[in-house]
Amino acid sequence: MEHLTNKDFTSDQEVKWCPGCGDYAILRAMQKALPNLERKKEDFVFISGIGCSSRFPYYMNTYGFHTIHGRAPAFATGVKLANPNLSVWQITGDGDALAIGGNHFIHALRRNIDINILLFNNEIYGLTKGQFSPTSKKGIKTKSNPHGTTDEPFSPSDLAIGAQGSFFARVVDTNPKLMQQIFVEAESHRGTSLIEILQNCVIFNDKTFAPITAKEVKKDAQIVLEQGKPMLFGAEMNKGIVLNGFKLEVVTVGENGITEKDILVHDAKEQDPTLHAMLARMRPPEFPAALGIIRAVDRPTFDEGLLAQLEYEKENAKFNTVDELLQSGDTWEI
Amino acid sequence: MDKTTQVVDLEKVVIKFAGDSGDGMQLTGTQFTDTSALLGNDLATFPDYPAEIRAPQGTVAGVSGFQIHIGRIDINTPGDIADVLVAMNPAALKANKNWIKKGGTIIVNIDTFTKRDLEKAGYETSPLEDNSFEGYNIIQAPITKLTREALKDSGLDGKSIGRSKNMFALGIVYWMFNRPMKQTEKFLEKKFAKKPEVVAANIKVMHAGYNFADTIEALPSSYTVLSANLAPGTYRNVMGNQAIAWGFLAAAERSNKELFLGSYPITPASDILHELAKHKNLGVKTFQAEDEIAGICSAIGASFTGSLAITTTSGPGLALKGEGLGLAIMAELPLVVVNVQRGGPSTGLPTKTEQSDLMQALYGRNGESPSVVLASSTPGNCFDWAYMASKITLEHNTPVVLLSDGYLGNGAEPWKIKSTKDMPEINPSIAVEGEEYQPYARDEKTLARKIALPGTKGLEHRLGGLEKEDVTGNVSYDPDNHEKMVGIRAEKIKRIADVIPDQQVFGKEEGDLLVIGWGGTHGSLYSAVDNLLADGEEIALCQFNYINPLPNNIETLLSKYKKIVVCELNSGQFANYLRMNFQGTIFNQYNKIQGFPFTSSELESHFKTLLAK
Repeated sequence: MEHLTNKDFTSDQEVKWCPGCGDYAILRAMQKALPNLERKKEDFVFISGIGCSSRFPYYMNTYGFHTIHGRAPAFATGVKLANPNLSVWQITGDGDALAIGGNHFIHALRRNIDINILLFNNEIYGLTKGQFSPTSKKGIKTKSNPHGTTDEPFSPSDLAIGAQGSFFARVVDTNPKLMQQIFVEAESHRGTSLIEILQNCVIFNDKTFAPITAKEVKKDAQIVLEQGKPMLFGAEMNKGIVLNGFKLEVVTVGENGITEKDILVHDAKEQDPTLHAMLARMRPPEFPAALGIIRAVDRPTFDEGLLAQLEYEKENAKFNTVDELLQSGDTWEI
Repeated sequence: MDKTTQVVDLEKVVIKFAGDSGDGMQLTGTQFTDTSALLGNDLATFPDYPAEIRAPQGTVAGVSGFQIHIGRIDINTPGDIADVLVAMNPAALKANKNWIKKGGTIIVNIDTFTKRDLEKAGYETSPLEDNSFEGYNIIQAPITKLTREALKDSGLDGKSIGRSKNMFALGIVYWMFNRPMKQTEKFLEKKFAKKPEVVAANIKVMHAGYNFADTIEALPSSYTVLSANLAPGTYRNVMGNQAIAWGFLAAAERSNKELFLGSYPITPASDILHELAKHKNLGVKTFQAEDEIAGICSAIGASFTGSLAITTTSGPGLALKGEGLGLAIMAELPLVVVNVQRGGPSTGLPTKTEQSDLMQALYGRNGESPSVVLASSTPGNCFDWAYMASKITLEHNTPVVLLSDGYLGNGAEPWKIKSTKDMPEINPSIAVEGEEYQPYARDEKTLARKIALPGTKGLEHRLGGLEKEDVTGNVSYDPDNHEKMVGIRAEKIKRIADVIPDQQVFGKEEGDLLVIGWGGTHGSLYSAVDNLLADGEEIALCQFNYINPLPNNIETLLSKYKKIVVCELNSGQFANYLRMNFQGTIFNQYNKIQGFPFTSSELESHFKTLLAK
């Protein structure tokens, strides 16, 4: 197979996001990640809905379809079912996926169709100029609720786990290496891979993730979970996560008799999602925000199930042409 | 079995089975249909059932009916009114009292004419005991009692015994029309293969009904309807929804495409989904989506990827699919949207028929977004129009809305089986590896663009709902380009008129009255016009299947008649569409919006009035 580079995945269209937008870093990370997948360029398809993030397919030199608001999972499902050989990527935002498209989002996860969903979560509506979104922090003041929202925000990880999602990862737009790595791993997961990207909107919600991503705090405010490794973080890598009764807790190795052995070891492959959900909910200042692959479990996929039925029926049916169907059953001659 | 009574030959007869929605009337009617079809009768059927799965028992709201018209002669409608009514309870009698021929035969289950059931039906006294049905031939059959009697040693519980009483009624009607019971016996054996005691019970009850009819003297004679004079060939029964499903299967096979259906259950269209879901052996992929929108969007995704993609729905579902359809028009992708129309607006009359989604199909989207619109007009030709819709969409890369309706979808008729090789060729317009590809470059003649399928090396491109730049397909906000593209999308649809056949008429090539219809009203309009032609009237029927674009010869055709009347099951949507297209022509209207099809007799009398003026 010919070796591809990030240039092969760069389209000739001028990128039109605002200067400083987190989307640029995500686009670059994707263009760098895809050559690592050792797949033909023509087998990648990017499907998006509506919103700033959904312009993404125009900038990828692959097959792409910028569809309608909220419905991208349904288009992506049709693409994957029609040609299961394709690598299908859905690009969406918090408004597109969780407000207008909430229904399709949960059903894609429930079916576990083999697609990758990149959820650009900036906790705001960008393209429509600054209204609150279903992930906006409660109380945020925006044009559409100048007195502060009274809406309780959605937690994408809880939605995904509640919908029996088999893969949930989280990355930040300030860590391109981690993004590249997770994009590659998402593609190799069979089933719906949901990647939540904490993405900064410089215009309407600047620094909303600063408590997680700011240089001066990030080492203590982030933990990158790795399969089989203890959950350690911090500038000194001496802070860890333990389970105390029904609750997670941050401890320091070497204090109060805590040793590395007491620290939880990450297991994204555990079928029981309870701990995954708890980890995904962690937020500063009490906890570091969990990044990396939080959940990746094996579960049958919708597309494989359908294909298996098709194969079985083709092999076991009494007929396999339309003419035979038309002649089947009760007929009579005149 | 020996017949002890005189047998009378009939040209045609209309029979209606009516009962509580739990009485099994649809099954009874279907069995009578299948048996009659195998005997070579021409026929048409009309199931009429309530929207509620189990409306309160014994009430008029809960009455379910199945009407069948069988004949030795050409049958085009399920019949205006019944010659024979089977009423399983007082409510069924009440619901149908105006739909039974004066002097016709009414078979009632007399066991249900109790004070309580009469009250539930809203009768103060039994209509059988006053003069309500004077002059009718009423057969009072103790169906409940005799069914129980026949099965008293069967070991079945009371509920199962009660459920078999429709077979008693079927037995009576089989005797009346001199039909063999073999077909139904075979059906029962297959349906209840795992419950031999149920098979035996149902067969026993059916025979009991047959023998009851043979024994009582209330039935003066039994009737035979001989085989119809249909064109030679192999026939089978088809329902409209089934024929639509098969038309798509045939088109997929002929075009070497995989068939993909994205759909959400909705009355009365769900049977298309059910039918296609059965045939995975033919490679069809069916996807029951989470909603109507996901139904169309998954189909568009599959179309983008190279399937023959369809979505099926009814009126409210089409409303939800509007935005998706607009995208398919903008992206110029093949897609067939089937709308099996029902009574509207809103939830309307889900189980009744209507033609009120014409404007929605033509214009129900934001922006100027023209779509091809076709309409099937008989249960059997649903096959052909599903095929034609596929051919047009794949060759012109533009969506097609195919309008059927509840009456066609659930109606059945004998269908001369077609062979896929007799269907026209389908040549999808697809770009191949190695060719110079511009996503919005067009065929000079048809203006169709070529689509390029994901997986094809070197043809990577992006589509979307934002306005496209001419030729390149890149996003463009240029004002002149937008106006040009709006024009191209409209012109592309118009040019399809150049590849479709001229509109034909049935009857006189010129004359006093041109009757215009479209879609599912064909049967009743045809019968009415046929009768008037036999009377020597200068009349013709012009039944439209191509709605947008209209065939090229319409203006000439309209000029050959002194008067024109447009008949449709709405307030005049097609009439207004024609007025817009043919200004200066006077279109009279005849409309009905009652959830029921036209009757041939009401049409005939209206046409007579128009002809007399």
